[in-house]
Amino acid sequence: MTVIGWIQILLFCAIIVALTPLVGGYMTRVFAGERTWLSAVLRPVEAAIYWAGGVDEKREQHWLTYTVAMLLFHVGGFLILYVLLRVQAALPFNPAEQSNVAPDLAFNTAISFITNTNWQNYGGEGTMSYLTQMLGLTHQNFLSAATGIVLAVALIRGFARASAKTVGNFWVDITRCTLYILLPICVVYTIFLVWQGIPQTLQPYVDAATLEGAKQTIAVGPVASQVAIKMLGTNGGGFFNANAAHPFENPTALSNFVQMISIFVLGAALTNVFGRMVGNQRQGWAILSVMGILFVAGVAFCYWAEANGTATLDALGLTGGNMEGKEVRFGIVASALFAVVTTAASCGAVNAMHDSFSALGGMIPLINIQLGEIVIGGVGSGLYGMLLFVVVTIFIAGLMVGRTPEYVGKKIEAKEVKMAMLAILAMPLMMLGWTAVAAVNPQALPQLGNSGPHGFSEMLYLYVSSTGNNGSAFGGITANTMFFNITGAIAMFVGRFFMIIPAMAIAGSLVEKKSIAASLGTFPTTGELFVGLTVGVILVVGGLTFFPVLALGPIVEHLAMLAGTVF
Amino acid sequence: MLKEIRPAIVVLVLLTLITGLAYPLAMTGIAGAIFPNQAQGSLIEKDGKVIGSALIGQSFTSDKYFHGRPSATNAPDPKDATKTVDAPYNAANSMGSNLGPTSKALADRIKGDVESLKKENAAAAIPVDLVTTSGSGLDPDISPEAARFQVPRVAKARGLPETSVRSLVEGQVEGRTLGLLGEPRVNVLRLNLALDAMKS
Repeated sequence: MTVIGWIQILLFCAIIVALTPLVGGYMTRVFAGERTWLSAVLRPVEAAIYWAGGVDEKREQHWLTYTVAMLLFHVGGFLILYVLLRVQAALPFNPAEQSNVAPDLAFNTAISFITNTNWQNYGGEGTMSYLTQMLGLTHQNFLSAATGIVLAVALIRGFARASAKTVGNFWVDITRCTLYILLPICVVYTIFLVWQGIPQTLQPYVDAATLEGAKQTIAVGPVASQVAIKMLGTNGGGFFNANAAHPFENPTALSNFVQMISIFVLGAALTNVFGRMVGNQRQGWAILSVMGILFVAGVAFCYWAEANGTATLDALGLTGGNMEGKEVRFGIVASALFAVVTTAASCGAVNAMHDSFSALGGMIPLINIQLGEIVIGGVGSGLYGMLLFVVVTIFIAGLMVGRTPEYVGKKIEAKEVKMAMLAILAMPLMMLGWTAVAAVNPQALPQLGNSGPHGFSEMLYLYVSSTGNNGSAFGGITANTMFFNITGAIAMFVGRFFMIIPAMAIAGSLVEKKSIAASLGTFPTTGELFVGLTVGVILVVGGLTFFPVLALGPIVEHLAMLAGTVF
Repeated sequence: MLKEIRPAIVVLVLLTLITGLAYPLAMTGIAGAIFPNQAQGSLIEKDGKVIGSALIGQSFTSDKYFHGRPSATNAPDPKDATKTVDAPYNAANSMGSNLGPTSKALADRIKGDVESLKKENAAAAIPVDLVTTSGSGLDPDISPEAARFQVPRVAKARGLPETSVRSLVEGQVEGRTLGLLGEPRVNVLRLNLALDAMKS
């Protein structure tokens, strides 16, 4: 570990903290329906969409209607993407003449993109036509991200409003989120990325004659416009197979740094949106503090593990850390930081291969996703995931003092706690259950890329990442098989909707409740005690659920490595 | 609930067209106008022919050139499409080795590479990036130490004094961005182009 490495980490944290209130303020205005400085250009487009869709923007929806609207939107998005994948060979913008995608892979990919997972069972440059990349993948990157954000906003309205019936209008929220937040940032961001070296072209792949006279086919395409939303929307599905490790997806140290910021910026800002909407920004900062503590701990541990290298490298006297699967321009610190950022948020883009991380270094991304990606989290999903844990924390605090718990003026009662627990329990069921099934499935085991405990970690990571809607992988596993395509898709689906629907039910229940003024007996939710207690609850719940499986994977692998065992 | 179906179709289709076609196509036009070189892939031409991209590593095996890092990319086997063969720096199929820390295959590969590098230059410590594959298999860079390590071999193969090759390497070292971000590095293709230019 180096001083300059730590300065990079600190600078990253400082920029996120500085951007949070600025972006949070803007987002709050957008969702309140206020005019912004972009309204002059975007308002006509917005109004035209409402007119064509027959949307009355003044009329708000009950939480059930809001949720049904969201689900219908997903069904439509799924159909568009699935059909596109199945018939891409016959459509334009396909200079590399990619063939149609097989049904099970198309199913997996379509589920993957509508759930904001973006698991890559496909290899971008070898499978997808330019049209699929744009009309299929780029567009779902926008819409699944916007969905996450608006659901978080609907849940916040549940906390913020009192004695109300409605949580907002899904069509208005999704349109405004896409037009006023995601699209403008992406336009500027794309130009920055092209400046840094990311291609943006519809020309076919380039054939080069190398200095030594060999032929090298270089895949290009409309990459920058997709990378921008892939990062900002915490989607993470790469244009290329190697994702953000590919020099065309992440060409420089600066592009790498900005990409990490863009993964976190909206998720962090949503904590501020929460604070503003419930009338006390300190509530938002308290949540961000919980996230920050878990984040910094993860970064420090992962950086330490990767800088230490592995027994294989040590035995040969190689110093400089574990560079297998990492790019020279990023080095150890920017790779470790990226790995923690991308799994803390539910992004899943990778700038280094997590499969080749040291046992303990690779365990941090796993833990981050297992905890529910609540450290900043996916755009939207991170905040509602964290609020579920807050509900449980408040409930436990209430039990300690024998008083009905309250949070930001709302009584937290049986229904909210049950819904929060439903979501918190559905995740490990998918993560651990499918891993267990795969581990005894003779068809699954030959697909592993590594033997021994590391092979087990590959399967575990697959289902953890799918359920958490992350999309990063221990990529040595060949998961493009019928078994993994189908079970992975189920995990992604449950991971997304068994989180969303309980969260919306909580929103619907809370929005109808009266707001009660804080009294002397109210547990303050802006102080260190609350922050510490929430961190504790998250770690205890996560630890009890996942320690055994971590012991079978990364921990036993680390011990084996120390003993000099290879598999 | 039925009245949600019309907006579901219309809003979805309109937003799809905006984000899936209008946005990427507009960005292609704008980016191509402002940064035409980068938008096409930062291609390098020599005598009117594309010899590669400044951002994409290529395979070097001759003693006369500086070598990049080992690459784990592969390509379909021409004899049997269900299998793959090693094809380092295949820029149409980026990938890493994905071998884990306790992989015997990885340990054996690194051991083999270390032994052959020791024969090449016994005096210097072996830089770790010269025996590890990159995440993309297309890493265009090596560390400055990895370039310095290869100076004696390249100088000998070209019949050049070591000092002039060494100073060429030092001139090609790129520092951290803003003195802070990333790691110091040398672009192998650019270094080799400069090397070829030096000869003439």
